[in-house]
Amino acid sequence: MAIGLHDSPFKNPVIRWVDQRLPVFTMMQKEYGTFPTPRNFNYFWNFGALAMINLLIMIATGVFLSMHYTAHTAYAFDSVERIMRDVNYGWLIRYVHMNGASMFFIVVYIHIWRGLYYGSYKAPRELLWMLGVVIFLLMMATAFMGYVLPWGQMSFWGATVITNLFSAIPLVGHDIVIWLWGGFSVDNPTLNRFFSLHYLLPFVIVGVVFLHVAALHITGSNNPLGIEPKGPQDTLPFHPYYTIKDSVGMVAYFAVFAFLVFFMPNYLGHPDNYIPANPLSTPAHIVPEWYFLPFYAILRAVPDKLGGVVLMFGSIAILFVLPWLDTSKVRSMRFRPIARIFLLLWTINFFVLMWVGAKPAEGHYVLIAQIATVIYFAYFLVVLPALGRLEKPLPLPESIARAVLGPNATLGGGPVPGAVAAKPMDKA
Amino acid sequence: MGGDIEVIAMAEMVTAQGASQGAGQPEATKRDFLKLTTTAFAAVGVGAIVWPFIASMNPARDVLALASTELDLSPIAVGQSVTVMWRGKPVFVRHRTPEQIAAARAVPLSELKDPATDESRAPRPEWLVMIGVCTHLGCVPLGQKPTDPTGDFNGWFCPCHGSHYDTSGRIRRGPAPSNLEIPPYSFMSPTQIRIG
Repeated sequence: MAIGLHDSPFKNPVIRWVDQRLPVFTMMQKEYGTFPTPRNFNYFWNFGALAMINLLIMIATGVFLSMHYTAHTAYAFDSVERIMRDVNYGWLIRYVHMNGASMFFIVVYIHIWRGLYYGSYKAPRELLWMLGVVIFLLMMATAFMGYVLPWGQMSFWGATVITNLFSAIPLVGHDIVIWLWGGFSVDNPTLNRFFSLHYLLPFVIVGVVFLHVAALHITGSNNPLGIEPKGPQDTLPFHPYYTIKDSVGMVAYFAVFAFLVFFMPNYLGHPDNYIPANPLSTPAHIVPEWYFLPFYAILRAVPDKLGGVVLMFGSIAILFVLPWLDTSKVRSMRFRPIARIFLLLWTINFFVLMWVGAKPAEGHYVLIAQIATVIYFAYFLVVLPALGRLEKPLPLPESIARAVLGPNATLGGGPVPGAVAAKPMDKA
Repeated sequence: MGGDIEVIAMAEMVTAQGASQGAGQPEATKRDFLKLTTTAFAAVGVGAIVWPFIASMNPARDVLALASTELDLSPIAVGQSVTVMWRGKPVFVRHRTPEQIAAARAVPLSELKDPATDESRAPRPEWLVMIGVCTHLGCVPLGQKPTDPTGDFNGWFCPCHGSHYDTSGRIRRGPAPSNLEIPPYSFMSPTQIRIG
């Protein structure tokens, strides 16, 4: 082998020639072929792969939609209707993109919840978790700007309300809002820059996803037991075991996705967005898309403008410091009998916020939103820091293999000896 | 999980046995069947998903709806030419003089690079209707306005690469491979045509 070439294990001469000069095949084999993955994943571990697929679907459909979309206040609404009526399969591509946004948030919310339940944010995966929060923020910005593009009533008034949030900033708020708008109201300059950024940010997300995955492949995956693999008997090669398991999840995911697209494509949207934007008339009841409702509820729960904005952004920013708020050394909630109950209550509370966010901000709804906001923050700021000291966790299993295969599974004996378990890894 | 591993390990063994059994006739295994059907199914699925994306780039229905143009011929005097848009391209409509018709019909087919009779190109000899796009690389030839150069054959001349067309719009000299194209058109009345 010539000096300077990578020592490639591949036999196929073409693959080998490339791999010696740019070892992408070696990398794929290492990171997605033989990559040692805890053997005890449940279906919650599908959702990272599903999110990745969803991102690709959004980019593919978005690129094709932008071939037909016109980013101008006078044409945007009509160009979207043209996509629905005249462009070949335009209705399909738009409905996939539209419902793909909802699917993306469903998948990512489950993915985040998986992290909360199994303690995936704890050392050594803090940075991995924080990169995930960055992706979540970028997703929210992208989704918000995408919703503005059809230039319907909800687009326009959603954009107006959300950009006005920044006017709460003391002293410079007003100037910042004018800067965001590029004028004195949400208008054509705003639409143009939102389209530009809506096209840009998904590729930024791709970049951060790459970092997210790179960080994951340094620490390795967490697992439902929350204990680290101690050796080959605790892991399986990623391929074929988890490529297949992810494929099973994908089938279910696509079934739900297809059901939304083909049978209830507008169920998660708002009919007012099929009315062209009218800067002179606000709809009676403005609500954001469903995935923003919990945070919208927090915004409205506070009777002070700046306070509401701070708490709303704080409700996501708090996730950045979660690895240090949770003082328990035990990752998985399976072994935290008290914290588990609080997390389930917090989860129900999240749905309460989502429900109340869609209600008018009046009467007892405000009180419910306020109580739910307190519960949301109390979990992070009071319950998790305190439980780390007060709670007595259940005994952790000795190893993943022991817990999964039963007490009789000893190294070199038992039903699946280490040698057999390791065999597919050598081959793959 | 343990069961899965054993099954796969056994299947691998079966594959290995099958491969070593016959000389050049490895026995097809259940796994081969599963791989083939899965791959075939995935290929069909990918094709079905990719097709709408490709189709979306074809002309949309509103574009197709604009695929015909009507033109009133009555204001066009003898010797005059007009240019109309059809599918985003110029269409040359010329009310030819008797001299132009005679010149076009006098040319023997053997002199033509792309042989076509004038009768076939202009069923009503006084009206010549053609797509005004040079068949070389798509420029619009000159010759519609009285002040334009008309080339060596008194028809049209493409300034991009020097193609000369005669009074029937046939290529006579220059790099263009074929005559100016005749669009589909019909006379709705003696003074009204529909192109497309």
